[in-house]
Amino acid sequence: MIKTKISAENLNLFYGDFHALKDIHISMGERQVTALIGPSGCGKSTFLRCLNRMNDIIPTCRVQGKLMFEDTEIYHPDTDVVALRKRVGMVFQAPNPFPKSVYENVAYAPKLHGLKDKARLDEIVETSLRQAALWDEVKDRLHKPALGLSGGQQQRLCIARALAIQPEVLLMDEPTSALDPISTLKIEELIRELKQYYTIVIVTHNMQQAARISDKTAFFLVGDLVEFDDTEVIFTNPKDQRTEDYITGRFG
Amino acid sequence: MHCIEMDHLLKNLQHDLLRMGAMVEEAIYNGVQSLVKRDADLASAVLDGDEKINQLQLEIEDRCIKLIATQQPMAKDLRKISATWRISVDLERMADNVGDICKAVIRLNGQAYLKPFEHIPQMADLCQKMVKDGLDAYINEDVALAVQMSEMDHQVDTLYREIFKDLMEMMSANSNVVNQGNQLIFIARFLERFGDHATNIAESVVYLVTGQRKDLNK
Repeated sequence: MIKTKISAENLNLFYGDFHALKDIHISMGERQVTALIGPSGCGKSTFLRCLNRMNDIIPTCRVQGKLMFEDTEIYHPDTDVVALRKRVGMVFQAPNPFPKSVYENVAYAPKLHGLKDKARLDEIVETSLRQAALWDEVKDRLHKPALGLSGGQQQRLCIARALAIQPEVLLMDEPTSALDPISTLKIEELIRELKQYYTIVIVTHNMQQAARISDKTAFFLVGDLVEFDDTEVIFTNPKDQRTEDYITGRFG
Repeated sequence: MHCIEMDHLLKNLQHDLLRMGAMVEEAIYNGVQSLVKRDADLASAVLDGDEKINQLQLEIEDRCIKLIATQQPMAKDLRKISATWRISVDLERMADNVGDICKAVIRLNGQAYLKPFEHIPQMADLCQKMVKDGLDAYINEDVALAVQMSEMDHQVDTLYREIFKDLMEMMSANSNVVNQGNQLIFIARFLERFGDHATNIAESVVYLVTGQRKDLNK
């Protein structure tokens, strides 16, 4: 039995008058990879950004309904957003390392959270880089600028940076869309490895990627969650005609 | 653009499968005619035609592989490719069954039959109708027709058992007819196998349309 990690009930989100998410019901399992798919503007990134309250910075954004991360109600006024984001890490579309050394990028968040012990920081940096399958490539250049790494390496560095504070959930917003096929495959391999320890939610426009790496797939369309099922069901025999039309390229 | 290209490629694939089906329908008709008319030349001609069917099957298979490799089909597109591939394999095996019938006709070498045929042509008619209905069900995505077609296989099986029983009795009573009796039992057996492959086609149609596996070969 897979434990529920994140669940939404009647989740609605508005940007001003625009109704961006409509009555979303979903339950995502622990240590599973959930792919969010759908055309641009369908609400999938908006939904992803709800999970660590990244939408808070948009002034017109209003959220109704219930969004739970285990026993924590994500949008409850008493919820500590900093503590939440420590447990729910995020990786973005374009690799965005800080203009610092490789080491400093990974050590940044643990330091920010008050860790000063050099030996402990060294250990976290190594473990995180190993988990992100980057250690062997950067162990001899830890103190060189991160921006000197290739795009694929930079993205894995961003994953290592997210892992450094040992989150439980990893959100990924099109993490390979700016990468070449080899780097993409490396990240996909990495996601398969990481799901042993983390719950992963990934937005992707690449259908084959969703099919390859996820356990569950959610299809969003103009703010509705149209279909949510096992990935192999979605890609071989979806129940909803709109899902079928989208994944076979007959949409619109 | 993607879907227009995919639709076009799938249409071509379907067209080739129908062409292959028509060749198998013709082969079973002519194969059984060669038996009824004791026409070894016709049997040889049908046998020669088998190579074309084998070739077409390979072409369909190659096309399916290319479609998967280049178009990354999903959902029903993928099921259509998978079903078409499977049906092409069944049709190829059905053509082999017809070829085996023709070889038996050639071995019988024009000899007079023990008695007029009754059940074998009936079996052949049923088999031919099964191919036709199977292909109609495939092209129209008609599950009801596919299931209805698969039920004809019970009649084919019943006829096979009757033929087997009749011929065994004749051979027991008269050892001079063992050779011909054996060849005719083989022929009936090949028709019975033909019916089983037709039933597989019905299963592929059910999978294509519903995504569900259904065992119709019971």
